[in-house]
Amino acid sequence: MLAFLGSFGDILANGPLYQSTFRLAAILVFAAAGEWVAERAGTINISVEAMLLGGHFATAIAYTQTSNFAFSLAVGALAGVFVSSFQAYLSHYLNADQFGIGLTLNILLLGLVAFLEPNFDLSTKLAGEVKVPLLYDIPILGPAMFGQRWPMYLVYAVVPLSWWLLMRTKWGLEVRAVGEDPQAADVTGIHVNARRRHAILYTGFIAGLGGGVYLLGQVGRFESGNIGGKGIIAIAAVIFGGWTLRGAVAGCILFGYVDALRLNLPNIVGHDFNAQLLAALPFLATIVVMLIFAKHTRQPVSLARPFLRGLK
Amino acid sequence: MSSTSSVKRDRIELIGLYVVSIVLAFVIAAILVNTSGGSWSKAVEAMMNGAFKNPGRWGETLRRAAPLLIVAAGSAVAAKAGIINIGQEGQVLVGATGAAFIMTKIQPGSPLMLILGIILGMLAGAAWAGIAALLYYWRRVPVVLSTLLLVYLSSQMTGYTMTRKSLLLEIVKGSPNRIQNSAKTAVNSRLGIMHIFGNNVPLTVPVAIIVAVGVAYMLAHSVWGFRLKMLGLNPRTAQRAGVSHVRFGTMALLTSGAAAGLAGSLMLATGESNYRVSSGFSASVGWDGLLVALVARNNPYASIPVALAFASLHTGSNFLAAAGVESVLVDVIRGLLVLALFIPPAVSELRKKRRVLDLMTERA
Repeated sequence: MLAFLGSFGDILANGPLYQSTFRLAAILVFAAAGEWVAERAGTINISVEAMLLGGHFATAIAYTQTSNFAFSLAVGALAGVFVSSFQAYLSHYLNADQFGIGLTLNILLLGLVAFLEPNFDLSTKLAGEVKVPLLYDIPILGPAMFGQRWPMYLVYAVVPLSWWLLMRTKWGLEVRAVGEDPQAADVTGIHVNARRRHAILYTGFIAGLGGGVYLLGQVGRFESGNIGGKGIIAIAAVIFGGWTLRGAVAGCILFGYVDALRLNLPNIVGHDFNAQLLAALPFLATIVVMLIFAKHTRQPVSLARPFLRGLK
Repeated sequence: MSSTSSVKRDRIELIGLYVVSIVLAFVIAAILVNTSGGSWSKAVEAMMNGAFKNPGRWGETLRRAAPLLIVAAGSAVAAKAGIINIGQEGQVLVGATGAAFIMTKIQPGSPLMLILGIILGMLAGAAWAGIAALLYYWRRVPVVLSTLLLVYLSSQMTGYTMTRKSLLLEIVKGSPNRIQNSAKTAVNSRLGIMHIFGNNVPLTVPVAIIVAVGVAYMLAHSVWGFRLKMLGLNPRTAQRAGVSHVRFGTMALLTSGAAAGLAGSLMLATGESNYRVSSGFSASVGWDGLLVALVARNNPYASIPVALAFASLHTGSNFLAAAGVESVLVDVIRGLLVLALFIPPAVSELRKKRRVLDLMTERA
């Protein structure tokens, strides 16, 4: 028992664990900060997975060609927008089934990346580390939150950006109205499907950027399996957070922590776990967490309901 | 203008749209092949050989098509009830794993074990989908999300059963296990294979057709099917008419999972991946089957040709490498094709609505 408590203490005081939590949570935060906006507008975008992958891949290509970090990240963000435009226009202009489109985009992009990858001689590098003065010296959390490679700090920009856009602009008010009561919004002259499309394109921008940041700020080398399911977990985080940004970010940190445990637990405890069970941990934890918390939230009333004028 | 002529025009327009978008999907794929240093004409030839022309290949295509059709029929049941189950890939895998418990553990197997194995496979698939139902009706977790999460979980969980000898890992004497898969199923618990014109056609093919026709019939002509449709079209009205959302929704989800489990256990019984289960056993059958249902707009009859088309893409892809093209090209084609098939009905609906609006403004 004492040994168990001791190793529990090791886990809590483990610096590298928090650093990897931050890194793994960051990509989830990018995806969730975008997805949150789209869901408040009334769409569940399962293609956020494809947007992350699109950004990840495009950033890798752009960096291989130009060796310019900022430019590559911009290309990644644009690739995310490109992928999301399919979701936006097919599901909110043509009114095709949003889940069918999302799933197809996920499968299509995975295939496309696997097909195209051998044609590019991809070589990428990690961006440089930047230690934020003063803040870095906070014990345990300091190195985790302020001792990262510089693209990771973009995460501190996208969260307020999403919040400000949705909660403090006219556009954001309209987007929220569209997600709650599209008929009423329509009557007041808001173009419902256009707002939903914008929200999805914004998701694509943020998720594409996140895919790029994950490449240049954390993994360093492109692999098509890098994203595997992170978009889906980000959607779970949005639901976990009860469609509030605060809650979604908290969910991302929680899921990031579990993911970090998966990577670091054998080192900390000094005991080998079954590889499959460890790999299953983030998904299992997500399901369990949903089981506990999902009930106590209020979702946007028109979530996942398509809007057609004259149809209720 | 008479209404018959406008119906006819709509239909012609729809067919035209389908032709244009399918051709466009293939043109994009051809451009991809050529720009990546391949030749599209060679790729087409290789795929035709792989899917039909070479000896024994159309039997392989049918072998692939059968589970797709079963999965698609199951997805249609859930979709009719307005429930979006997209976790078939996991349900297929869990179903096959469940079947493997009986088919490999009880040696020497008897034909009874085959039936028991298939039943356990169906139960396992249904149970896996049932988790999503539980999460939704008890804790309001969207089914889309939970079924997807369960797909990721399923491959790890089945992978785990292949690492424990007490579970499914094959016991090989005198050598450590490197490849993690189950033992071969007992000979007696395998399903027959018909030999037709030099092709091996597994018995899953007639089973799949029976399942598809049965589901179509039940949906169209039974009280059960009517209730499911009522639930899908308007849950509130259904509730008022005594169709419990919880009961029928759960049932639809379980049926859909059981169909996927059936597909998985039949694949195992007819010799998919040499009668062994591993964590990659489902080989996209679940995803493909779901896409078949989506493209066929949840009509089991329409699923039959679509399943054949998707299966021939898959079997054709096995010959692509010889033509110097990566076989993952098929994933791209399939994705493009599905997107292409989504567009025409949507465009046609939009135009129809526009015409009605125009008519209304003219009258006003």
